[in-house]
Amino acid sequence: MAKSIDVSDLNIYYGDFLAVQGVNMTIRAQAVTAFIGPSGCGKSTFLRSLNRMHEVIPGARVEGKVVVDGQSLYDPGVDPVAVRRQIGMVFQRPNPFPTMSIYDNVLAGNKLNSKRMKKSEADDIVERSLRGANLWNEVKDRLAKPGMGLSGGQQQRLCIARAIAVEPQILLMDEPCSALDPISTSAIEDLIHELKSDYTIVIVTHNMQQAARVSDDTGFFNLKGAGQPGHLVEFNPTKKMFTNPDNESTEAYISGRFG
Amino acid sequence: MSTTPTRTPTRTASAQPSRRGDAVFAGLARGAGLLIVLALAGVAIFLIVEGAPALGANEEQLYGKESLTLYVWPLLYGTLLAALLAILIAAPLAIGLALVISHYAPRRIARTLGYLVDLLAAVPSVVFGLWGIQVLAPTLFPAYQWLADHLGFLPFFEGPATTGRTIFTAAVVLAVMALPIITAICREVFLQTPRTHEEAALALGATRWEMVRMTVFPYARSGIISGIMLGLGRALGETMAVAMVLSVSGAVTVNLISSQNPSTIAANIALNFGNASGTKVNVLIFSGLVLFVVSFIVNFLGRWVAARGQVKG
Repeated sequence: MAKSIDVSDLNIYYGDFLAVQGVNMTIRAQAVTAFIGPSGCGKSTFLRSLNRMHEVIPGARVEGKVVVDGQSLYDPGVDPVAVRRQIGMVFQRPNPFPTMSIYDNVLAGNKLNSKRMKKSEADDIVERSLRGANLWNEVKDRLAKPGMGLSGGQQQRLCIARAIAVEPQILLMDEPCSALDPISTSAIEDLIHELKSDYTIVIVTHNMQQAARVSDDTGFFNLKGAGQPGHLVEFNPTKKMFTNPDNESTEAYISGRFG
Repeated sequence: MSTTPTRTPTRTASAQPSRRGDAVFAGLARGAGLLIVLALAGVAIFLIVEGAPALGANEEQLYGKESLTLYVWPLLYGTLLAALLAILIAAPLAIGLALVISHYAPRRIARTLGYLVDLLAAVPSVVFGLWGIQVLAPTLFPAYQWLADHLGFLPFFEGPATTGRTIFTAAVVLAVMALPIITAICREVFLQTPRTHEEAALALGATRWEMVRMTVFPYARSGIISGIMLGLGRALGETMAVAMVLSVSGAVTVNLISSQNPSTIAANIALNFGNASGTKVNVLIFSGLVLFVVSFIVNFLGRWVAARGQVKG
């Protein structure tokens, strides 16, 4: 079930390039944590380091600690594949598997666990996940149709259904609404509100109103200058961040004076 | 391919941009397209006109065979058998190799490996033929003897194994020759798999192999088939290597390791054309027509399958 994440002194490198420096934070369980900041400040990189997805890029590595439920994700004995099965991810662009039906898309993660599922069991998972992603009523009559036939917003909710089908502890979302129209965006935001009772949710967004609407805590990332590593400027409850931030540059960013 | 130097039209507020470059290029492109059609039609007409007299050929002109069908069939059989065997060997190897280059090997090793495979395509087929006779045939011969002794009950390995210059050896040579083209095409389509699909699979906790199975193979399916078909085309038409390697008797058999092998159409033409005259020439050209039609069908089927498996997105 939902777990908290403790990050201490995390440095993230791409080869020799230090991309994110010295992050410390505690992400609460069953809450929504949002990361905001200008482009290139490392918030997506940091998000991807939370389920070791940044390692997909050759040369990427970290120093420091990420601890989920007492288990350090970067211990030598920990398999990144196992980490990703516990910590789900939703991407910027909806990415359902193009060759799979809606039904198979939802079950894609479960099938990886390679245990044989009974048909009824699989049906249950599909219905539960699609209901969880607020998509069931729209697709229940065409589960065998390809996932690519859905609208962008529906595809993104399908991706969320796929991520929650494996019952992860944590759900990471990397700008999940940036490719969607306002109506689909609001559907996803409603969904985030509902999901937080079961999952720890971490979301990166460029949209400050969105961060204010959906999150309980907010982290502001910034760069000291071009070519400098990104760092966490401020991490506080969202309410405080948007009314009375501790840091001057946070206020400047939020009020739109730069970035 | 021809390129025309097209002048960038000078843009002034009043003057219309010149369309001459467009017209020239359109004409050239149309001409090139037409030339291809004409060349193909020319070949087809030549084969039909020159091959037709073979229908009236007598036994002597048919190299001792009673009818044209009996003459062409063993050759066609040999061609198909050698090419299919070659593809059975080459395709899995090429797909694996392409996957290593595109997804598994570190970048520097992958690049070197890619160059080496491309280099394989640059080796002349005569050299492959020499290698087949001098190296491969003697190397495989003990294996054939073992197969004949231990698996002789299978029709493929009936033997007797008296030479290394069998249809299996020829198929291995053809496989090596078809390998680069299949690998190159597979590598390119594997690399084009959208990153977002791959990340979707990895984020679900897929291992690298599971990721490949979920995203790369479905995406690349039609490309893989095209590559295999092109490789098959190369194997069907290959002449020199087969002519040099294969010990021929004209037998139609599934026995892969004996000295009694059917020849292939292309190799047979190459070996006999120099001494042929009169209607014998027409007989050989007729067999060429058969090869032309078979290659055409293979290509057509390949394209059809590839188009059917086209994946959007």
